[in-house]
Amino acid sequence: MAGTWVFVEQKDGNIRKVTYEMLSECKKGSDEVAAVVFGQGVEGLAGELAKYGADKVYVADDAIFANYNTGAFVAQIVAMINEFSPNAVLFAHSFNGRDMASRLAQKLDTGLATDAVAAEISAGKGLFTRAIYAGKALAKVEVAGSPVLATIRPGVWEVGSTAGAGAVVKAAVAATAADVYQIMKEFKPTVSARPDLAEAAVVVSGGRGCKGPDGIKLVEQLADMLGAAVGGSRASIDSGWLGHELQVGQTGKVVLPNLYIACGISGAIQHLAGMSSSKFIAAINTDTEAPIFGVSDFGVVADLFKVIPLLMTELKK
Amino acid sequence: MKVIVLVKQTFDTEAKIDLKDGKINDAGINLIINPYDEVAVEGAIQLKEKGIATEVVVMSAGADKAMDAIRTALAMGADRGILVKQDTAADEYARATALAAAIKEENPELILAGHVAADDGSSQVPTRVAEILGLPHVNVMTAVEIAGGKATCTCEADGGTSVIEVSLPAVISSQVSWNEPRYPSMKGIMAAKKKPVATKDGVAVANKVNIVEFALPAAKQAGIKVEDDADVCAAKLGEWMKSVVKVEVK
Ligand SMILES: Cc1cc2nc3c(=O)[nH]c(=O)nc-3n(C[C@H](O)[C@H](O)[C@H](O)COP(=O)(O)OP(=O)(O)OC[C@H]3O[C@@H](n4cnc5c(N)ncnc54)[C@H](O)[C@@H]3O)c2cc1C
Repeated sequence: MAGTWVFVEQKDGNIRKVTYEMLSECKKGSDEVAAVVFGQGVEGLAGELAKYGADKVYVADDAIFANYNTGAFVAQIVAMINEFSPNAVLFAHSFNGRDMASRLAQKLDTGLATDAVAAEISAGKGLFTRAIYAGKALAKVEVAGSPVLATIRPGVWEVGSTAGAGAVVKAAVAATAADVYQIMKEFKPTVSARPDLAEAAVVVSGGRGCKGPDGIKLVEQLADMLGAAVGGSRASIDSGWLGHELQVGQTGKVVLPNLYIACGISGAIQHLAGMSSSKFIAAINTDTEAPIFGVSDFGVVADLFKVIPLLMTELKK
Repeated sequence: MKVIVLVKQTFDTEAKIDLKDGKINDAGINLIINPYDEVAVEGAIQLKEKGIATEVVVMSAGADKAMDAIRTALAMGADRGILVKQDTAADEYARATALAAAIKEENPELILAGHVAADDGSSQVPTRVAEILGLPHVNVMTAVEIAGGKATCTCEADGGTSVIEVSLPAVISSQVSWNEPRYPSMKGIMAAKKKPVATKDGVAVANKVNIVEFALPAAKQAGIKVEDDADVCAAKLGEWMKSVVKVEVK
């Protein structure tokens, strides 16, 4: 048994950053690192995957893999696991990654560590650190199995620059139409010029203190100036000022940006769960007692309607 | 159509977590229905109100105290409950095994659950249950239409929204944006006391994942706080963003 596999997250040939993070981190170890990519017309991605550490690139190229669907993807990877016996398979902790890994783990009658923030993998065994209670505690778990399975939280590992050989191995297509039990009727991509919330280097979030669409507009203007993603507290999502997919917190997204700017957000425990691991946190809030200041590296006690426009002028200097 | 809703009892999301003897300390913590599962309960009740579901059965795997979660769901409007008794240290594999065995006896046409639990955050159990039962599944559903033996689910997906159709029976896990769960009424709470709840021992299998240790994350230290006129605040914040964080301005 050999090799750590990284399942490639891609859509229409665009590889998500978390794939590179996993390849780079695995490349630090001594085990062979392989990228596994399923899709249609995806062989050309091998070069890109090699740049970040893939020694091998397993490619399953077929129309059946054009869009993610659990049945076909799981049938394919099971066949490949049986043929090549990897030591571990890592997935991104994305919607697709956790869906595929869960169904796969059960099919293989094995364990799975989801949403891991650290990993130590050896032969037949993996030790993973998982954030539990929405990040209020950490659990180190041991997963035995062949292969060892885990999903990794995006943003916890750095993208490196050690390349691998990137030798392409074309896998025989094992999935058939009979494996497909979900019919994709429609896919509506989020139309946004802004980066994905879960991967953005800077996130600017607005809360109830934004008081309405006008305040949110200021948050968006600041975000665009910084090339940032926009997020929100549940209060601004429930008020309909922002879409549900932009909620940060315990029942929303967990974000790990370099900089998180909380505008008009009090810092309820459920909100802190989603953002307190950010590298730098700034807060703009009129209430000096607001709990958000307890986790902020830089807080200003002021009205966001005055501060944000002035801040934008300041940043342009 | 019989609907089974899987509910997990979890800590209140307000709960502060600390450790006692190396374990998570549950003393004095208020227990609730996992918020994602609560949405699934509400969704099932609404399906019954629309005449699509005929019976809503809530099922929970856990210790005796999980009965409170079942009673809350009954007070919201579910018809009956099943408590599958199991050690709370069961992992996702063991839990799914016990739930799937109990579901099989009920032969439902639809199995609903939240897509993730607010405590362990693992998002595995519904999908594992589907695999054990050999059923289709769909995760992170935000809206569903049921007709002609099929469920058409709108789902939150990576980079967008997808619409996925599966044939029933199926396992569908819900996102919190599906609906706004109701509070149990006084009448509902009274009625729940008389609703039947069966208790059975869960199939016991060994865990595949073992917890080695628990830890608390390093507490974040509060930093600089500026209380001054807006222009001073903005200047100082901007200066910090440029010199310390080194933001790029477009
Ligand atoms: C089960 C459950 C799950 C939850 N999950 C989440 C979650 O995932 N994410 C989440 O965010 N919340 C979540 N919540 C809700 C959470 O408890 C809070 O209610 C919510 O985060 C509050 O949002 P807020 O900070 O925007 O609003 P508020 O708490 O009302 O705070 C608004 C802040 O704006 C400030 N303000 C007002 N005017 C101005 C101004 N002009 N300039 C600057 N500041 C101003 C105020 O001082 C105040 O601090 C959850 C709750 C429950 C029960």
